[in-house]
Amino acid sequence: MDFTIIIFILLIPMAIFLLLGIFNQKIKPAVSGYLGVLGLLASTLLSFYTAYQYFFVNGKSNEVYQTFVEKTLWMEFTETLHFDMGILIDPISVMMLIVVSLISLMVHIYSRGYMKGDEGYTKFFAFLSLFTFSMYGLVLASNLFQLYVFWELVGVSSYLLIGYYYTKASAVAAAKKAFIVTRFADLGFLIGILTIGYYAGTYDFGVLNDPGGTAIMNWAATSFMGLSALTWALILIFIGGAGKSAMFPLHIWLPDAMEGPTPVSALIHAATMVVAGVYLVARLFPMFYFVEQGFALNIVAYVGAFSALFAAIIAIVQTDIKRVLAYSTMSQLGYMMLALGVSGYYANEGLGFMASMFHLFTHAMFKALLFLGAGSILHAVHSNFLRDMGGLRKHMPITHITFLIAALAIAGVPPLAGFWSKDEILAAAYEHNKLIYIVGVLVAGLTAFYIFRIYFGIFWGKEKKYEHTPQEAPLSMTFPMLFLAFMSISAGFIPFGKFITADKIEFLAPIHYPLAAIAVGAGSMGIVIAWLFYKKESDLADKFAKTFGAFYKWTVAKFYFDEIYLFVAKKIMFNKVAAPIAKFDKKYVDGTMAAIGNKTVLTSEKIKGMQSGRVQDYAFAFVAGIIMIALLSIYLWPT
Amino acid sequence: MIEGISIQEILTVTSILFFIGIYGFITRKNLISILISVELIWNASVVNFVVINKYLFPDALQGVIFSIFVIAVAAAESALAVSIIVNIYRQLTSVEVKDVETMKY
Repeated sequence: MDFTIIIFILLIPMAIFLLLGIFNQKIKPAVSGYLGVLGLLASTLLSFYTAYQYFFVNGKSNEVYQTFVEKTLWMEFTETLHFDMGILIDPISVMMLIVVSLISLMVHIYSRGYMKGDEGYTKFFAFLSLFTFSMYGLVLASNLFQLYVFWELVGVSSYLLIGYYYTKASAVAAAKKAFIVTRFADLGFLIGILTIGYYAGTYDFGVLNDPGGTAIMNWAATSFMGLSALTWALILIFIGGAGKSAMFPLHIWLPDAMEGPTPVSALIHAATMVVAGVYLVARLFPMFYFVEQGFALNIVAYVGAFSALFAAIIAIVQTDIKRVLAYSTMSQLGYMMLALGVSGYYANEGLGFMASMFHLFTHAMFKALLFLGAGSILHAVHSNFLRDMGGLRKHMPITHITFLIAALAIAGVPPLAGFWSKDEILAAAYEHNKLIYIVGVLVAGLTAFYIFRIYFGIFWGKEKKYEHTPQEAPLSMTFPMLFLAFMSISAGFIPFGKFITADKIEFLAPIHYPLAAIAVGAGSMGIVIAWLFYKKESDLADKFAKTFGAFYKWTVAKFYFDEIYLFVAKKIMFNKVAAPIAKFDKKYVDGTMAAIGNKTVLTSEKIKGMQSGRVQDYAFAFVAGIIMIALLSIYLWPT
Repeated sequence: MIEGISIQEILTVTSILFFIGIYGFITRKNLISILISVELIWNASVVNFVVINKYLFPDALQGVIFSIFVIAVAAAESALAVSIIVNIYRQLTSVEVKDVETMKY
């Protein structure tokens, strides 16, 4: 592999971030927009070149995809345990390169239209470049520690971009919430990393992931509270991944993160950063699978399945379209997680792994498209809320068509992208665990329902009163949408099994007709119900909601999770734990230090007269001292 | 080597000279007087150099030559001190030591 080219994929966004960041005020907005787009274009082309080289030219030897690593030593602790900085090229990192660069490029182009006239235009592009750089670093990381470094960097750029409208109190609160919740999860990740460093003795992915390597072979060597130490480490690492990927119960930051500009939601909170958790599990997949017969992997599967169902239920009742999409993202991430959780390792058993990566790819396309569509609608209507929208299909034909394509794709209607990946996931779940399969089918139906609920709500129904007649977005915004619509249609036909598998040997994933039929049936049922409820304004939906009673109320309140967190944080953590500690700190720790300081001041007040400033006093003390020493040395010196 | 005068007598004289200088340095109020006292201290040590050289090591020359160095350095030091005193006078219109106290701040 040609690493000199690959390093530029990272360096270009980095350079643009520095350029735009340092010369923020001096660069004209138009220039910074073009600079951002051109830089990303270069990165994207290099990414595609790398992918072509890897998948079609020199990636394989003996029918097995090879892993290429180029690294440099950074900090050394022992022979095997050291921090490196490096680049790792293998199927999933190359696939992520494609996803990140493609979506990022589209979002850059879109932002030129969407952010037009905004005060912090240059700053916005600088942050986008920072994010893209960090994300590249994350997917190309050659060891766990480097991945952690970039993991935090994407967290920071996410924080900066959520809080982009920093004059809005809710945006600031959302940014803080996102940062604190993910940071809290990252504590688990960090402890997991340290545990791995201690028990496996290395951070290198090559050694950790080798099924015959020391780390995996010796997993049973140490145990802690009934489980292997490495299993604990993996569970802790999964907590970090769950925080980033908004898995239950660490999901509360994602819906609030929608306070950021819509292109940011599309790029970071739908397509790239939030899949970092999935990517992390996929990156360490051999460890998850082999250590303790996949105990940690089962946790991944159940958490994923539960999150998928949980989020899909909440998404049904949300009235803010961006929040519906946020919960939908969480639900689809749960899908990817459960697919990883039910996957095996060798050959056809690795269907779940391949399906998860496939879904990651297709989901990035259609979910980014849904967000860009939502952004375009926001741009025209100036409101997030479903009640302010209706009948927009006549005013915004391109947005309407692309949104419809994305909605069909996420609902799993053949032959669009979502159908193929969802089918593979459900097939993998069916073979492995019937309960998870049933949850998966249920979620497929709910997904179709909630997405068509907002689709009908936005584009059909009665026209609302608008401040001015909604207009179709400019070309800079519609072009990325059209491109992603094309991807949403065609991405499903990529034979993913040829490129990305758990054991890196290609296999052919057949289509599973009976399972596909069930999933499509569930999806179409969701669409039909949504059509009945929301095609025309009617009270059918409200009546139906009433039959659910308390459950409906809970769902609208998102099962009170924000309140529970607030209760735990404020009532218990702040009042019961933090406040007494703060009091102790103020009274005793600070008190002691202040007393020492005060005493010093008092003493020096007393003795400062000794420093009179009169030269002769000093001279006298000096001479007296000399005479004293002379006398002492004459009479007391032992001869 | 001076006939009839022993080294102790000369060293006594230079010691007296030295302590007169110290006394003057500590008690005088005028900066110029203090400078003169310092000169006395210099001279006491210069005489010591020469005398010890002549009485104890008559063949050597180091002490004599060193005394010339000391005289040169003393001259330079006096010039420096006087210029400082002149500057102090310009600032404070006084050459009293007690007025220079403000320099500690």
